Amino acid sequence: MLIDYSVVLVYLIVGVLFVAAGIVTAALIRPSRPNPRKNSTYESGEEPIGSPWIQFNNRFYIIALAFIIFDVELVMLFPWATAFKEIGWFAFWGMIVFAFILALGLAYDWAKGLLDWEKPNPQIPSLDELVITREQYLDELKKKEQTGN
Amino acid sequence: MEQNFLYNWFGDGVITYALLVTIPLVFLLIYALVAILGELKIASWVQDRLGPMRTGWKGVLQPLAEVIKLLQKEDIVPDAANKPLFNLAPYVMFTGAFGAFAAMPFAFNFVPAHLNVGLFYIFAIGAFSVIGIVMGGWASNNKYSLLGAMRGVSQMVSYEIPIALAILAIAALAGSLDLQEIINQQGGGFWNWNIFGGYGSFWKILVIPFTLSLFVIHFVGGLAETNRIPFDIPEGESEIVAGYHTEYSGMKFAMFFFAEYANMFTVSAIIAICFLGGWQSPFGDFLNQPAMQAFWFISKACFLVFVQIWLRWTLPRLRVDQLMYVSWKVMTPLAFVCFVAIAVWSMLR
Repeated sequence: MLIDYSVVLVYLIVGVLFVAAGIVTAALIRPSRPNPRKNSTYESGEEPIGSPWIQFNNRFYIIALAFIIFDVELVMLFPWATAFKEIGWFAFWGMIVFAFILALGLAYDWAKGLLDWEKPNPQIPSLDELVITREQYLDELKKKEQTGN
Repeated sequence: MEQNFLYNWFGDGVITYALLVTIPLVFLLIYALVAILGELKIASWVQDRLGPMRTGWKGVLQPLAEVIKLLQKEDIVPDAANKPLFNLAPYVMFTGAFGAFAAMPFAFNFVPAHLNVGLFYIFAIGAFSVIGIVMGGWASNNKYSLLGAMRGVSQMVSYEIPIALAILAIAALAGSLDLQEIINQQGGGFWNWNIFGGYGSFWKILVIPFTLSLFVIHFVGGLAETNRIPFDIPEGESEIVAGYHTEYSGMKFAMFFFAEYANMFTVSAIIAICFLGGWQSPFGDFLNQPAMQAFWFISKACFLVFVQIWLRWTLPRLRVDQLMYVSWKVMTPLAFVCFVAIAVWSMLR
């Protein structure tokens, strides 16, 4: 078994070496003529304004938190999956209780609306608000004349 | 446990180790070239055009031309970027993608590293790509890159939950995390594959709806893990240029690209192992020699890669809120139900 993990180690080393070999080979062939224009940050041809390292929508944070909780609990279930048939129904009901708590957490997130991605809700003006009739216009003119003068 | 045939031929020495790594690496290189050509050709046939035709016979040398082009391209590192992380990201991406091949069972006597937690290992090392994406996206110091990286991470972690539940259900069904053991249990014909409920009596038809839906969940989640359309919002061209690899060029971009294709194969291979019997022949013992097993394994995985490419040119891109809805409110509860049902079934079987 240990020899198999040494193969995994060899794989990781070869993976790094492969990328290094690719980049070094390319470095020998390719041109390298940097200039400030070329090395500026790409922003569709505009000068970049401000730093991109800004505050982020905290929905991403909540998703990440939910993921960590789920993933840790799932990692706990993997050893169970290999052994529960030998242990029998006791292990099965233990898992059901565990998974129920996990499901409860999901239900809580759901009910709290933490899984909803906020959608923009633009106020689109209707035609009636934009267009006024001739009578309304004349009324407004009259009001303006009375108050303005 | 079957011994790897290389140990029988060459003993436990350097040659064995070298071949254990080289054979999958060469396979991966050939596969990537074929997949790139396949992507171009399938895209053009879907859209009713010819695709590349100039390089070689009907354009078959196009991927090689692309490799030469990428080798010759200038490697631009933006002045504003965080250079150590920017340069490290392609290493992380490719090493993670290639590391998964260490536990890939190509045949009953050829698996580079026979791990007793193989399923878990491939799943764990697949998470390397999340780190690579956030590393590259953040270090680029570019708005498009950072947006792509944030989207990519939230998407990949969201879809990891249903996939984890799906492979957990398969582990419960097989009672093992050893890939060879999981495949061995699916022997004896395609009706014993896990997609059809695994081996068992007539009453396994009750469990088929659950295994089928887990197969679909795993495949859809796999699409999201590899950032393929319809889940390509991390690199949506029409919104954020190229997402997390906007600033990459030359060989570093090639490594991101290569890692994406390797990940496509890995995801397809896990689905093939978990649900489609891995290297098992569909006809029981007929055509089940080691060489044929490698053929079956590779063709099952490549068929799923083909479906991924096919979907890419058929479906439009999802929105972020739809993506989160599908993952957390549809696939996760469904996967939960299927998991419990399969756990009950494996207790009774």
